[in-house]
Amino acid sequence: MMSKYVTGAVAALALGALATGGAYAQGTVKIGLIVSMTGQQASTGKQIKAAVDLYMKQHGDTVAGKKIEVILRDSGSVPDHTKRLAQELIVNDHVNIIAGFEITPAALVAAPLATKAKVVELVMAAGTSIITEKSPYIVRTSFTVPQSAVIIADWAAQNKIKKVVTIVSDYAPGYDAEKSFTERFKSHGGQILQAIRVPLANPDFAPFLQRAADAKPDAIYIFVPSGQGGTFMKQFTERGLDKAGIKLIGTGDVTDDDLLPGMGDAAIGTVTAHMYSADHQSAANKAYVAAFEKANHFRPNFMSVGGYDGMHLIYAALKKTKGKADAESLIAAMKGMKWESPRGPIEIDPQTRDIIQNIYIRKVEKKDGQLYNVEFETFKAVKDPVKAAKK
Amino acid sequence: MIPSPAAIRAATEWLSARARWHPLEMLFWLAAFAAIFVLPDQHLILTEIAWLGLFALSLDLILGYAGIISLGHAAFLGLGAYTAALLAKFHIVDEPVLALLCGGFVAMAVGFVTSFLVLRGSDLTRLMVTLGVALILAEIANRNGWLTGGADGLQGVDIKPVLGLFPFDLAGHTGYTYCLIVLFILFLLARRLVNSPFGLSLLSVKSNPLRALAIGISVDTRLVIIYTISAFYAGVAGALVAQTTAFASLDLFSFDRSADLLLVLIIGGAGYLYGGLIGAIIFKFMQDYLSALTPQYWPFWIGLVLVVLVLVGRERITSWTTPIRRLAARLDWRTTAHLTAPSTEEPGH
Repeated sequence: MMSKYVTGAVAALALGALATGGAYAQGTVKIGLIVSMTGQQASTGKQIKAAVDLYMKQHGDTVAGKKIEVILRDSGSVPDHTKRLAQELIVNDHVNIIAGFEITPAALVAAPLATKAKVVELVMAAGTSIITEKSPYIVRTSFTVPQSAVIIADWAAQNKIKKVVTIVSDYAPGYDAEKSFTERFKSHGGQILQAIRVPLANPDFAPFLQRAADAKPDAIYIFVPSGQGGTFMKQFTERGLDKAGIKLIGTGDVTDDDLLPGMGDAAIGTVTAHMYSADHQSAANKAYVAAFEKANHFRPNFMSVGGYDGMHLIYAALKKTKGKADAESLIAAMKGMKWESPRGPIEIDPQTRDIIQNIYIRKVEKKDGQLYNVEFETFKAVKDPVKAAKK
Repeated sequence: MIPSPAAIRAATEWLSARARWHPLEMLFWLAAFAAIFVLPDQHLILTEIAWLGLFALSLDLILGYAGIISLGHAAFLGLGAYTAALLAKFHIVDEPVLALLCGGFVAMAVGFVTSFLVLRGSDLTRLMVTLGVALILAEIANRNGWLTGGADGLQGVDIKPVLGLFPFDLAGHTGYTYCLIVLFILFLLARRLVNSPFGLSLLSVKSNPLRALAIGISVDTRLVIIYTISAFYAGVAGALVAQTTAFASLDLFSFDRSADLLLVLIIGGAGYLYGGLIGAIIFKFMQDYLSALTPQYWPFWIGLVLVVLVLVGRERITSWTTPIRRLAARLDWRTTAHLTAPSTEEPGH
């Protein structure tokens, strides 16, 4: 009797093994997801990971006959560590795609690997313009800092803002944000009264805000990494700058959806330009936010859509190549790909492999007792202005 | 007073016994070199371990042998890395070994200059001074983006083959072999150094600077020398980082690096040269294993291990391995009991 069951069990196991073996024989597409789950950028990593999980939950783990396997690694935002992880994923785990990369140096350090090993590097977060130029296998689904900075300059010029003080964090994305804004704003006849740079680590904005206030601008243009928006907002209102009639404008990083609910009423009225707001009015986004919040109990931010759309891009490209997962075929399939993302219609630029997307002008408002970036104006199909200007 | 011939003989015997190779040491290096052939798919992490081990060794030289505590040792790591990377980028020195030495020497020069700051004051002052030096260097690198690439990191570094023969490969085979050989050579030099009369005088400086001064050891000179040498080692470690990753970024200067380094040395135990290497092995493999297992929560486990280590070696956290080393000494067939007595483990409390 007993032995019969045992035989049955063994047979079942063998069948199971055959079945999975079969799936593997058809092939697996491996994605090495390198994000920071610890350290300074942990909130970004958490958002991306949650979005990737959500996408796979919604769309299954098989596409075009291929099984999708995501291998998660924690980079801690340390570039040389990122490089080693990427290298191991490529050499030992034979991944087809490396994805993630929340800071620019991490994305750049992996670029030569992508070129040398011929794997796709999918940048889901980092926003410096130059990244996609560093390897023919890099594709980006996040944004570039100049995309937002240039658009907010256009908007400011159209809305009777003539004199601006810029405040940016003292590091490369800050310079990018400052340069793009300043050039565009000046070309519209605007005036930059002062360009202030604040230290990146543990900033105290108070003295800088005082200097900015003394210059009596129409508006202050702000760029800080997403984590510092709350502190800035608090000090901005403490100094009474909002009551002095100074508007606050910037890229969307300062009113990151991840932190906005905790910023308090100080943030109300801030006008920013960015590619995603959790409040974006579309059926796709409503479904996305609802599913995301249900799974994670926090609000998706602009980093999360980078991860979500990144997964979509991989799935769609695999469908188009009918499961061929070499870098050449995937990149060819990804170029020019268009789809409806939670953030609105987006496209991968066939020339630069960078993202083309709508940039929205939003104002922080209270809706149902919660703060949201409410979109009120759309600049359609914005390309990365830095690369566009080079041509 | 002239010491008796017997006393002199005993002293020389003790000295040569200290310098003698223990079988476990040989085993350690045999295993390290064997890894070139038996663990080909682990070479990338082993490369990291090798340079981290060298970096920790450099801290051990000042912390374990001279009692200088530093929270800014990453300054030299960063200097070495940027020097080697810049030399390669602008094709000034294309050969990696030469660039490596240059990286070491630049760090050494800065180490020499800043050592005079370190001489001033006690442990707390030293912590602040070393930390400050690292912060200043990081900011200089950040400000001079035209040269260093700023916060984006230094790109476009093309590392040529080692000695013109061995190109760096994707799987890290060349990288590991290269790092290991550099580590081994520098380890031999360090071993010779700490077992020399100079090394012994350092230990006396560490345990009681006043008394060392009283018996005619010039304390400051010795501290300057060992700090400068340590900076050279850290610079070489940094150059290895830059060469094996073909990249250099600002975080090489960061406080986290220096703090992690202390952690590595504490895990391995300071003051016997192998501490840094063993610490690097444990730290990296633990980090790699745990972070693959739980990418979110691995720092918790590392923290727990550290707490346990501190509890086990309560009186001196830097020497929790002492019982193991005593055991190892007992196993050594050549070391007799009277020779182990005045060992380095208890340089005096």
